Amino acid sequence: MNAIEVDHLTKSFGELVAVNDITFNVADREIFGLLGPNGAGKTTLIRMLTTLTPPTKGTARVAGHDVKAEADAVRHAIGVIPQAFTSDPELTADENMLIHAKLYGVPREKRAPLIEELLKSVDLIKFRGALVRTFSGGMRRRLEIARGLVHSPKILFLDEPTTGLDPVSRANVWEMIRSLRGKSELTILLTTHYMEEADKLCDRIAIVDHGKLAALDTPTRLKDSIPGTDAVEAEFDNAPPDWDQQLEKLAGAAGVSHRDGVVRIASHDGPITVGALMDLARTRGVTVRKVTVQSTTLDDVFLHYTGSELRDAAHGGAGYDISHLYR
Amino acid sequence: MKLYRIMALIERDMRKFFRSPALMMSSMIFPLVQLVVLGYAFGGKIHGAVIAVVDQDQTVESRRIREMFNGISAGPETFRAVNYDSVPRALDDLRAGFLRGVVEIPHDFSRRYYQHDRPRIAFTEDNTDQFVSSSLLERIQQMADVLNAPSVEPRLAGQVVVNVVEIYPYIEYIKYLLAGSIAMAIFIVAMIGGGITFIDDKARGLHEGYLVTPIQKSEMVLGLIGSGALKGLMAGLVLTIVGGLLAGIPRLWDPVRLFYLSVVVLIASVAMLSFMFLVMVRVDDPLVPRAIFGVLNTLLFFPSGAVYPVEAFPTWLRWLSNVDPFTYTVHALRNLTLKNTGIEGIYRDVLILAGFSVVMISCSIALFKRQI
Repeated sequence: MNAIEVDHLTKSFGELVAVNDITFNVADREIFGLLGPNGAGKTTLIRMLTTLTPPTKGTARVAGHDVKAEADAVRHAIGVIPQAFTSDPELTADENMLIHAKLYGVPREKRAPLIEELLKSVDLIKFRGALVRTFSGGMRRRLEIARGLVHSPKILFLDEPTTGLDPVSRANVWEMIRSLRGKSELTILLTTHYMEEADKLCDRIAIVDHGKLAALDTPTRLKDSIPGTDAVEAEFDNAPPDWDQQLEKLAGAAGVSHRDGVVRIASHDGPITVGALMDLARTRGVTVRKVTVQSTTLDDVFLHYTGSELRDAAHGGAGYDISHLYR
Repeated sequence: MKLYRIMALIERDMRKFFRSPALMMSSMIFPLVQLVVLGYAFGGKIHGAVIAVVDQDQTVESRRIREMFNGISAGPETFRAVNYDSVPRALDDLRAGFLRGVVEIPHDFSRRYYQHDRPRIAFTEDNTDQFVSSSLLERIQQMADVLNAPSVEPRLAGQVVVNVVEIYPYIEYIKYLLAGSIAMAIFIVAMIGGGITFIDDKARGLHEGYLVTPIQKSEMVLGLIGSGALKGLMAGLVLTIVGGLLAGIPRLWDPVRLFYLSVVVLIASVAMLSFMFLVMVRVDDPLVPRAIFGVLNTLLFFPSGAVYPVEAFPTWLRWLSNVDPFTYTVHALRNLTLKNTGIEGIYRDVLILAGFSVVMISCSIALFKRQI
């Protein structure tokens, strides 16, 4: 049985269709990612799955329960870490955990050891007596993940878990999410607009843009599905009018596009294409100001399937400038 | 509905409340200041009001009148009588605000007096201030009664006499105001600890963290109202004790009375919290409760009879006081603090407040949005 089954789910707010006829399943024990820019509909989708907002059309089943007809059963089976911080800043970490344990009806004799274990697992045991308003963003997020697990849910929903966190805190949260899957039979659905996060954590990724599902597969297959495995990015001076057509004929080239004044060549073999590019530039008297090579990223996948970039500049490419080798 | 979830929410709020006693302190300072300042500002008898006496008769009888005025100036000091030569000058000073009234003894006063021909004294008053003018009029009427009393009492008295018996000792205004101050403290806690905190938590997104749990609408509403009512109970009891000591309520520590006071304060807290919750249940903007705090305070406090008797209100204001939970709170508290009545003096108010609470809570649960 799938942990989550979404069937033609739609959510409209008046004229605005925030989620438009989305269908997908999430298998048990899978880490599933919804990747898309801000405003794509990810949070609305997750709110429907966590019973915070009713769907306009379509159905969804979470842990075998319908989100509309069996909302209470759904809430018992899930843990939710919303995008905004929801831990109470005027309570201590311990108190936040305790109140949630009581709300979920965790038996009294199990509460103390469970809370201790969870706080240790998120490395907050030393701060259990501190008020949450003294916590950093990363600490608060870790606390909320621990809090979301206090009732041993089957499915954990994380809505943009690392938004607003510094790189170190982000890495800590990633590590925690990986270890969660390793230690338990948890199914995890997370939303993110960071492609690296989706790439590193998720077994499968659904690309969402403007409320629609653009693509769904494993990160590797998504990257393989677009032309070329590498991307050569270059900037030129004195390029002739037919320069793009010349570039498309380069060895290994699979397509040419432009982005922010930079020419981007999809390639099956980046170094060979670069070599051919430098020869062509020398022949035609074109000055190469800069050239980099990087592997295909989910950003490229997103661009391919949606026609636009993932609109967040939190992460740059994994490439390096090699133009100095050809001067 | 699970009681443990309601208790979890109450526990959450109470932990935050005890961690920050500023709320309780601030909710009691205003009512206490109001109690002391208004209690002494409104409570006193009028004295030293300046009135002009214009004696145009200048006879033995008119002098007797003047001497009575001087006697009051020297004794009870309700007014200070100043002799004027001319009525127009006295009236000018009255209009200018230098005088509170003008007593004119006309030139034919003694002639009419001896002829038993309805001798008259004119009293022109500045009625822009009803408190002063009614006090002066009362004192002058008392003087007229003395003047009209027969010099020899008849053996068989045929007139109707009213013997007045006050069943309670003299009640200073500060004691009268105490019930309203207690109600005010409960209201402030309801407003700040209930309305404002609820909206602020909603705006900060804290509610979402609870809405994803299995908590029901009714549990959430009852938990929030319950914790607010407990805070109101504490604030109300502290005001009762401190205010009672300041106002000089006798036998304040009577355990039975304290128990009844606790019951009234608790049910009043529930009533006000549930009313406040209903007003705020669909509000998202944190500025709204702050903006309407003063308006609500005026609409609830003054029509309740806290500072002035309901019997003096026009019909439309009496309708407002009939539906105002403050009215029944003040009535019950006043019965307990001033008259030390038992259950018979408060049961009607408690029942009305309880019924009011049930209606408010039911409507709040119906209107509460379980989903975003």
